[in-house]
Amino acid sequence: MIFLANSEEKMNPLLPPLDEIIIGGVAFLIVFGFLWKMLLPKIAKTLADRTDAIEGGLKRAEEAQAEAQAELERYRDQLTEARREAGRLTEDAREQGAVAIAEMRAEGQRIKDEIVTAGHTQIEADRNQAQNALRQDVGRLAVDLASRIVGESLEDEARQRRVVDRFLEELEAKASATATSEKVR
Amino acid sequence: MTADVQTLASESGCHLFSGCGFPSPGLNVFEFKPIFSIGAFDFTKPMLLALISMLLVIGFFWSAFAKPKMVPRGAQNVGELGYLFVRDNISRETMGKKGDPYVPFLFSIFFFVWVMNVMAIIPFAQFPATSRIAFPASIVGVVYVTYLVLGIKNQGFVGYFKNMMFPPGLPKAIYFLLAPIELLQGLITRPFTMAVRLFANMFAGHMLIVTFSVGAWYLLGFHIGALFSATSFLVVVILTAFELMIQALQAYIITLLAASYISSSLEAEH
Repeated sequence: MIFLANSEEKMNPLLPPLDEIIIGGVAFLIVFGFLWKMLLPKIAKTLADRTDAIEGGLKRAEEAQAEAQAELERYRDQLTEARREAGRLTEDAREQGAVAIAEMRAEGQRIKDEIVTAGHTQIEADRNQAQNALRQDVGRLAVDLASRIVGESLEDEARQRRVVDRFLEELEAKASATATSEKVR
Repeated sequence: MTADVQTLASESGCHLFSGCGFPSPGLNVFEFKPIFSIGAFDFTKPMLLALISMLLVIGFFWSAFAKPKMVPRGAQNVGELGYLFVRDNISRETMGKKGDPYVPFLFSIFFFVWVMNVMAIIPFAQFPATSRIAFPASIVGVVYVTYLVLGIKNQGFVGYFKNMMFPPGLPKAIYFLLAPIELLQGLITRPFTMAVRLFANMFAGHMLIVTFSVGAWYLLGFHIGALFSATSFLVVVILTAFELMIQALQAYIITLLAASYISSSLEAEH
């Protein structure tokens, strides 16, 4: 380097003049002072704030997402629960219906049986009553008739015929009266 | 600053075939007439450029960072790009997160040096202040003091020099050779090479551009020299573009070295 210089001049580019060193150093320190104390802290803070804001935004979005997901889960659970409940209710109702129908059927059967039994009993009673009445009537009629016949002492055939006819007429009248009273009852 | 300041070759009327030789530019292109003088103190163009660079750096980052917005626009975008570059690609790359307190320091070095370098190709300035060794030296001086103080503070006076001179894991005999070299490197070579690397790059770049500019002017005329003059000028254009890259690269390298030295002071290497 030194040999580049013109020989008669004492210039050495590697020897720094003091005044330039001072000016250069002071200029650098001023630059450093401004940047260090005033400007760079601001931008560093802004960058940190921005990172925070972005991360905060992302976090908030994540939270909202999670919340929405939880809500969805909850609704789904509720829906499932409701479906199960509905199914259970339907099943219950079906069972209850079946039970009710079975009960009704049993009840109807019972009532029918009762009615039929009652009818049979009534009929039996009526029949017995009729039989008894008939038996008494027939016996009484037979006795009546026999006593008439015997009482007339069998005078003649004409008389016999009259007796019999009269008896039959009485019988008829009695029968019609009975029939009328039956109808009324 | 008592050196005789020669008239720049480009200002002379010397041309090819006009009877004078090529006015080869030398160290004289790095010496300037004082703009004004106060007693023995001469205020020169490189000083003015350093101060202008200082104002430019402060001014730009003032406009970018004075009122920072959450949503950046304009200068703040550019400034943030620069800040993140220094923080992530230089500081965190070499030191990790524990280097964050030193980001303003590295940031100042990078942008101050870069702007001073770029002055080489700014019209009317057209001179890199960093091609005067004093400007790199003053910055490196601050870096030197910083890493020495940090090293002694973090590792202790003895510990720092022990770690520097006796990197572990080597055969004992080697240390007879290695210890003085390491000491020399840590105390003298490191700052010296750091300053000279920046200075020499900018010096050489400026010298190249000046040489070809002077050549283009010297060869100019109504004769065959015009062809060489045009070629020479083309080289100036190419060199200017190349210098643009070198200026940024050298600013990056000096910042990276500062970061790496600070890193080695924070904890013992190896």
